[in-house]
Parts: sequence; C-alpha cells; structure tokens
Amino acid sequence: MPAVSKGDGMRGLAVFISDIRNCKSKEAEVKRINKELANIRSKFKGDKALDGYSKKKYVCKLLFIFLLGHDIDFGHMEAVNLLSSNKYTEKQIGYLFISVLVNSNSDLIRLINNAIKNDLTSRNPTFMNLALHCIANVGSREMAEAFASEIPRILVAGDTMDSVKQSAALCLLRLNRTSPDLVPMGEWTARVVHLLNDQHLGVVTAATSLITTLAQKNPDDFKTSVSLAVARLSRIVTSASIDLQDYTYYFVAAPWLSVKLLRLLQSYPPPEDAALRSRLTECLETILNKAQEPPKSKKVQHSNAKNAVLFEAIALIIHHDSEPTLLVRACNQLGQFLQHRETNLRYLALESMCTLASSEFSHEAVKTHMETVINALKTERDVSVRQRAVDLLYAMCDRSNAKQIVAEMLSYLETADYSIREEIVLKVAILAEKYAVDYTWYVDTILNLIRIAGDYVSEEVWYRVIQIVINRDDVQGYAAKTVFEALQAPACHENLVKVGGYILGEFGNLIAGDSRSSPLVQFNLLHSKFHLCSVPTRALLLSAYIKFINLFPEVKATIQDVLRSDSQLRNADVELQQRAVEYLRLSCIASTDILATVLEEMPPFPERESSILAKLKKKKGPGKLPDMDDSRRSVNGSTEHSENTDTTNKGSTHSFTDVLNLNSTPSSGASLLIDVFSESSAPPAAIDVSEENFPRFVCKNNGVIYENQLLQIGLKSEYRQNLGRMYVFYGNKTSTQFLSFSSSSPPQLNVHPKAADPMIEGGAQMQQILNIECVSDFRDAPVLNIQFRYGGTLQNIAVKLPVMLNKFFQPTEMMSQDFFQRWKQLGAPQQEVQKIFKAKHPMDTEVTKAKILGFGVALLDGVDPNPANFVGAGVIHTKTTQVGCLLRLEPNMQAQMYRLTLRTSRDSVSQRLCELLSDQF
Amino acid sequence: MRFLLLFSRQGKLRLQKWFTSMSDREKKKIIRDMTTMVLARQARSCNFLQWKDLKIIYKRYASLYFCLAVESQENELLALEIIHRYVELLDKYFGNVCELDIIFNFEKAYFILDEFLMGGEIQETSKQIVNRSIEASDMLQEVRFTDSPCVRREAGF
Repeated sequence: MPAVSKGDGMRGLAVFISDIRNCKSKEAEVKRINKELANIRSKFKGDKALDGYSKKKYVCKLLFIFLLGHDIDFGHMEAVNLLSSNKYTEKQIGYLFISVLVNSNSDLIRLINNAIKNDLTSRNPTFMNLALHCIANVGSREMAEAFASEIPRILVAGDTMDSVKQSAALCLLRLNRTSPDLVPMGEWTARVVHLLNDQHLGVVTAATSLITTLAQKNPDDFKTSVSLAVARLSRIVTSASIDLQDYTYYFVAAPWLSVKLLRLLQSYPPPEDAALRSRLTECLETILNKAQEPPKSKKVQHSNAKNAVLFEAIALIIHHDSEPTLLVRACNQLGQFLQHRETNLRYLALESMCTLASSEFSHEAVKTHMETVINALKTERDVSVRQRAVDLLYAMCDRSNAKQIVAEMLSYLETADYSIREEIVLKVAILAEKYAVDYTWYVDTILNLIRIAGDYVSEEVWYRVIQIVINRDDVQGYAAKTVFEALQAPACHENLVKVGGYILGEFGNLIAGDSRSSPLVQFNLLHSKFHLCSVPTRALLLSAYIKFINLFPEVKATIQDVLRSDSQLRNADVELQQRAVEYLRLSCIASTDILATVLEEMPPFPERESSILAKLKKKKGPGKLPDMDDSRRSVNGSTEHSENTDTTNKGSTHSFTDVLNLNSTPSSGASLLIDVFSESSAPPAAIDVSEENFPRFVCKNNGVIYENQLLQIGLKSEYRQNLGRMYVFYGNKTSTQFLSFSSSSPPQLNVHPKAADPMIEGGAQMQQILNIECVSDFRDAPVLNIQFRYGGTLQNIAVKLPVMLNKFFQPTEMMSQDFFQRWKQLGAPQQEVQKIFKAKHPMDTEVTKAKILGFGVALLDGVDPNPANFVGAGVIHTKTTQVGCLLRLEPNMQAQMYRLTLRTSRDSVSQRLCELLSDQF
Repeated sequence: MRFLLLFSRQGKLRLQKWFTSMSDREKKKIIRDMTTMVLARQARSCNFLQWKDLKIIYKRYASLYFCLAVESQENELLALEIIHRYVELLDKYFGNVCELDIIFNFEKAYFILDEFLMGGEIQETSKQIVNRSIEASDMLQEVRFTDSPCVRREAGF
C-alpha cells in the first residue's frame, strides 16, 4: 500500500481496498463486499450515533464498492448529512458520493438542494466551489430550477473570487445544456461577454466556453463577443512580449484559450468591419507562419499544443470560406501533414482536408494530393487512418478523377477491414452512379462490387443497378452480356444471381442471337445456381423463368418441365410452391398475346435520388457527409445556404422510404417480381406543384425557383406598370439529353410563353421568355408545367411562378401631409387589413428596409412620428384599373413582433398584399 | 467532453467521470465498448477513434489507459493534452503516480480531476493554480488532526 504523506488517510478504507485486491476469485470478492455492506448497514442503523469521521469512512467505502460495479441501495441519507458538516473533508466526501451516485431524479434532491443553497450563500469560496461542482455534476432539472437564476448573479458579481467565477461559468454552461429553458438570457449576458477582457486567463477560458455555447443558440445577443475575442486572440498570438506565466504550455501561449476563442469565432460569419477582419486575418496568418518555424521543444506536448491551435485556425478558415489565399495555404499545410511521421497528424490532416474539399476555393488544391491519399490507403497500418483516407477520396471525387478513385477504392476493398467494407461499398456505388459518363462502366463497377464484397452489398445497391439498367436502353444489352459472363464463374455471390436473374429475365433476348448465349444456355446457366440459393432468390429466379417463356417460346417445354417437377410444385415453401403452380398454369392456358401483355418488359422507374445516398447519410449521421453537389457548398452558415442543405436532407430521408416501390417488405427479394400479374402501370399521379421557393420571390425578382436531381430552373424578371417579362432558364444538371421538352402555363394573366426548344443537351441551359400582363387584381399565381423525357422516363414538373400582385407596384413618393390625408380617406373598415405577427428572422432595420423596397413601394422617411416604424406608398397597376396603397410596419423589438397595416381602396388587394408581405419578416 | 475513463491493461476500470447524465446500463455498455475497442488497438496506432458520433481520444501511461470522449467538433490534439495535464497533476500530487495510488486514493483522483475539469469543460489550465488549490484543501484536511477550532477557521481562507 503506497503511503501518501499529505491529507488524512482513512485506515479502515485502505485495509478494505487491500482485502478486495487480495481476493483470489470473483466469489471471494463478492463475499468480502457483502460482509462489509452488512457491517456498514449495522453501523448506520445502530443506536450509537456515528461521529463525522466514521460516517465519512463508511460513505467512502460504499462509494468504492459502487465504483467496483456493485449496486448500492443505502447510505444516501448519511452522505447528504455529510454535506452539512462544517469539516471540509467530510463535506467533500459527501459531495463526491452525491455526484457519483445520485441520479437526477432522486427523492433526496430537495435535501441536497438545501445543503447546496447554504454553501452557495456561505461566501466561503471553497464551499461555493464544492456546491457549484455538485450542481454541474448532477445537472438535474430540479437543481436548474433552484439555482439557474442565482448562478448568473454569482458569475457577474464584482466581489466574486476568480475561482468561483470559473466554476459559476461552467456550472451555468452545464445547466444551459441540460435545461436551456430554465436559463433565461438577461442583463447579465452583456456582462458575461465582458469577462473576455478579464485579467485572469482562467476566468477568460471558462467564460469563453460559456459564451460559445450561448452564442450558438442566441447569436444576436452575443455579437459583441466577436471583436473582444479577436482582440484577445490577437494579443495571445501575435505579441511575443507578453508573459502568460503558467498559461504557457510547453512554450505555446495559452493553447486552450486560443482554441476556445477560435471556436467561438466559428459561431459567426467573417466580421464585416474591415479593421477587425484584417486583424483576424493577421492572427490566422501568424498561426500558419508559426507552423513553419522550428519547434521550440522536442516534446510531443509542444507540437501537440501548437498544432491544436493550427488545426482550430484552419477550421475557422474553412468555416469562413471567404479568403481564397488562406484556404489554399491551409490546404498546403495539411498537405505537409499528410506525409508527417506522426500518425496523429496524418489522421487529422485527412479529416480536416475532407471539409476543405467541399469549398469551391480549395477543391482543386485538395485534388493535387490525391496520389498521397491513395498511397495512405495502401500503406497506413492503422485502420482508423485508412478510414479517413477513404472519406477524403470520396470528398475530393469529381468527374475528372472518378474513374481512378473508384478503381483504387475497389482494389482496396479486396483487403479492407470488415468493419468498413459496407461503407466503402456504398461510397463506390454512389460515386460510380454520380460520375458515370457511360453506363457500361457503372454496370462493370457494381458487378465488381458484388464479386469482391458481395456480402456487404446491401439491397439498395443491387436494386439501384436494376433501376438504372431498366431506365436506360443504351446499356441493357451490355448489362445482359456482362451478367451472363459473370455468372459463368463456378462460385458466384447470391447477389449476382439476383441481378443476373432479373436482368436476363428482362433483357436476355438482347444476347440470345449468339449461339454461346442462346436461350437454353442462359436458362441452364441460371438454373445451375438455383439449388444453391436462398428462398427469396429462388422466387426471383422462378419469375425470370416465366419471363423466359414469354421471350423464348423454344425453351417453354424445358421450363415447364422444371416447374412441373416435385421439387417445385410440392415445395415446402409456400411462396415457391405458389409461384411454380401459378406460372405453370399461366404458361399452359394463356395465349401468346396475353402472355406477352402480362410479362411485358418492366416500365421505367421514376427518377429519384439514389436511395444509397440516403443510406450512407443515415449510416454516417447528418453532417458527416461532405456535400457532393457540383456547386460546392459554402460553409459560413448564411441562411440561404443552410435552407438549401435542409431541403436536400429532407428529400433524401423521404426517398429512402420508397426504393423501387417495394420497400414494404424490404428483407425479401421475393416481392420483386411477385406482382407480374397485377402489373398494371400506375395511374399518372397528380403532380405536386412546387412552391417551396415561391415566398423568397415576394421581395426579389431573380433567383432559383426550382431544383431537383435533374433540372434547375432560374428566373430573372422585370416589371413595368401592368406588364412584366420573365426570363426562365432551364439547366440540365445531368449528362444526358432531355427530349420532347415542353412547358405550358394556363392562359390567365396573359402569360405568353415563347415556344421552348424540344431538346436540352446534357449540362446545357435553355432560356425561355414569358410575357406577362396583369388584367385585374388576383390571388393565385400561374403554374408552369414542364414535361420532358429523360432516359426512358417521362418527367412531369409543375412550378408555381412567382408572379404576385405586388410585382405590379409603382412606388409613389409623397409628403407627410399627403400621406395622412390619404390614410384618413381610406378609413373604411374593409379597406384596412391589419396583422400582428412574430418575427421569423432577426429584426434588422436595414434588412427590413430592403424588403419593403423590394416589395415595390416607396419608403417614406419622416412620415411616422416614431422613427422605428416604416411607412410606404405605391400604386398597383392592372389593365383595367389602378389601386393606391399605403402601408405601415411597426416593429416591437422587445416582443420580437411586428404590426403591419395596409390600406387600399379595394379590400381584396389589401388582403392579398398583407398576406404576401407579412410572411417576409 | 462526454466522459473520461481510466482502465488498466486488463480492462479493470480505475476511474469513471461522466459529464452528461446517463443510465447505469448505458454507462456499463460504454465502459465495455471502450475497454474492448481501445485495448484491441495495436501499438503506435493513432490516438483517435471515431465511435458513433463521438471522438475517442486515448493514451496509455504505464499500465493505465486514459480514454476521453469528446463531441465531434472538438479539438483532438488538445484533448490529448488534457489527458497529459491530468497525468501531470496526479504526478505532482502523488510523486511519480502509479496505478496503485489511484486505486487506494481514488477519492483524491476525483478531487484533482474536479479542480481541473468541470461540467465537461476545462476549468483551470494553470498547473500552479490547480496544485495550489489541491494543497489548500489538503491543509484543510490536516487541520482536523490538530483539533483546534481556531486554527481551522484561519487556515486556508
């Protein structure tokens, strides 16, 4: 037993621990523990009152027993008693027991809260710290309710000791995480921000943690922290002269604080103030420069701390995504780390480069490191590093390097660790589909996947290859030939038999001309695999056979013999038996015509986002997957972008529910062809009109109104009085032509579409002009219907065009006097419409002004006695009439509400304009 | 930070600190996962692992593994140094700390950790300040043996 000179030993405890360690078996240990528990229980229940020391010793023993993994069902009360002891050491053990053993819904919380309250008000910093620690450790709702208002006061009080401030800040942080609703923002928030200026670096560090968390939830309340954080960071990073004393860690100035400040700055976009921005850029440059300096120590702690700051600075640069030079420098720095002898640095460089690959400024720079990354995949000894290399290759993949990257991933797959095979399979399948220029390559790649790692090829992957082959007639013959060849292998994976069965059943006729793959040869080949397969695959094969009967009358007799055999007709599996019976009957009684109708080629599948992508996203969790869109995503969190990413995510989870329309029984391939009898083509469903982006166009005229996997529709429009002209741009996002392209819109509003070209080449854009005339006031916007053929499939898209009443506004300037005169004239109750609503966006005066101007009215200054209010005037022009319109918008910052009032001579106009505008704030 | 675990090469848990509330069952499962995962790693592998949505940072000091779980946006290298700083603090207190010190003085190991981390965030990075406050609380403990109430009131504050 080691002797510790300091503090007080508890001899009884040490003896007990020794005893436990000397136990030779688990049984002996349990026996010893039970003996001790009995002893403690009798002591606690005994008549003799225990002194503080004994109580502390027994509580500590119970704690030890609990930490060994045994349940403890008593002693809590004694621990709570210790809390009110005036001996520090007893109090401390009491708090430790509570922190470790009391879960948040204990009945004792009230008693514990009482003790905490006493210590918090004791003005003794040591006791206060113990109490704050306990709150942070337990973090229950009851505690939050009791102390959430008290702790901010302790935190910002002038006479609070530094160490207590630190505890209070972190305690509040914990409560904010567990019960954010109980930690209201208040006047203390402003004072917390100023803790960033505190003399004591420990206080600054703790406060920065708190502010970062709060700022992520309420960015506006903590905006001022940006300039303070930059100033603080700059003092630490750029001035060599100041002595940070003990906050220098292995020759690195305050690494923890630096990293926390850099994290705080990642809650905000780049500063708008030029001076501030350049000061921050200077900091980031200095950090990048320091990476090139020789190390001040050989110790790994020195390089870790230094590089920790460097990686965090790079994370901020990537987050801002606005300074191309910094991004490229960051990329070069990471490139150096890719070849570093420290495995940790290689791992982090791969991880960090993954996010860099999604910035349009640095995507190309990242690509230059491809060979190194491929090399890492082959040579790294550590699987977690190889996993990162796979992630990075996936992130840097684009049309130019897809073939090479997919080939490397396939060859790595042969030896890859089992734990990451499924993920690699999904990634290869996605890349192969996304960047397939010719689909023969795609088919080859997927068949290779099945050959190399068949067990890891999930249903989504092989469903998808069938979808694609069915939808693209140019690849069907090739697919049939390739699966036929692949099936020649003596041992092939069951997934290959499934794909082979399905494809030959549909398209076997395309290769039947060659005597080496005549119908009979094809059938014998498939049937040679039959007995080795599971029931669902056999069911699929039976369906392929009946399809053969339709395709090739010459093998009808052979197949009927097989179906008629006892092993089929009397199969123990009811599904197989039923299929055999029904298919046999069908082949006997149906005429050739009926057979041909029933067993017709499968209709094309509707185009949708790959379900594989959805699966990968699900596997990796949201946000883990670098965005694969060709238009590289900016990461600085501007609202427009985040809205976009939101919608993509929603779309993908939705499509996951509906692979091939047969996900209702996802685990059985049997359902694949089971409904050949009921294969009535689905009725053309009423298409949903897309109006998701519609509201964004109320106050602006240009932008993207619609986008899906295939097509992007952009708009540019201009209006004068009752006339408008809209330029519609159709962008083909795929590499394939859109054929029979047409668009039409209803005749209301005199929309005159100029005839559109019937074809859009892959990757090309087509423009169409719509002339618009407003005949009278209206509510419903016109719908543009678009139809085209992509692959073999007819696509129908309907988009609500952003033609709203306010587009026909002409702004009217007027003086205050005129305004009020007209305002009074429009005083009839039905002429006024008023709405009070909650702000959906931050209440920014400049933004509001821009929106009102964008709405089309003139903004009148000096009309409203309250300068915070907005007043506007304009005239709506229609062919038949003109409608004057006055509006007033009153923001209430405190309540985060607006009141909008509109007065026009026509109630329908007032109503519609109010609806349109009130939705914008 | 979500949790910190200390365990031996044999997988015996020596210290557990949880920074978010979790049921005992979840805790037991995590402990099992961490010990099997970390102990299976080969020597000279990197110190970081991805586990569910968390980053696991681990490092071995003599016979003990220190294993820290942090959220995905946190800095791995600095997490490694959090572990190192804690080892330094234990070292300073016990004088060349070994596994036995932590077994027999587990409560001290918890107290030292509490001075250093709180609610899953770093509270005080200065070694001097942490050491001073640990010493100060030890002073308070020794006071009990002097058994003199007036000394107790003066010491420390």
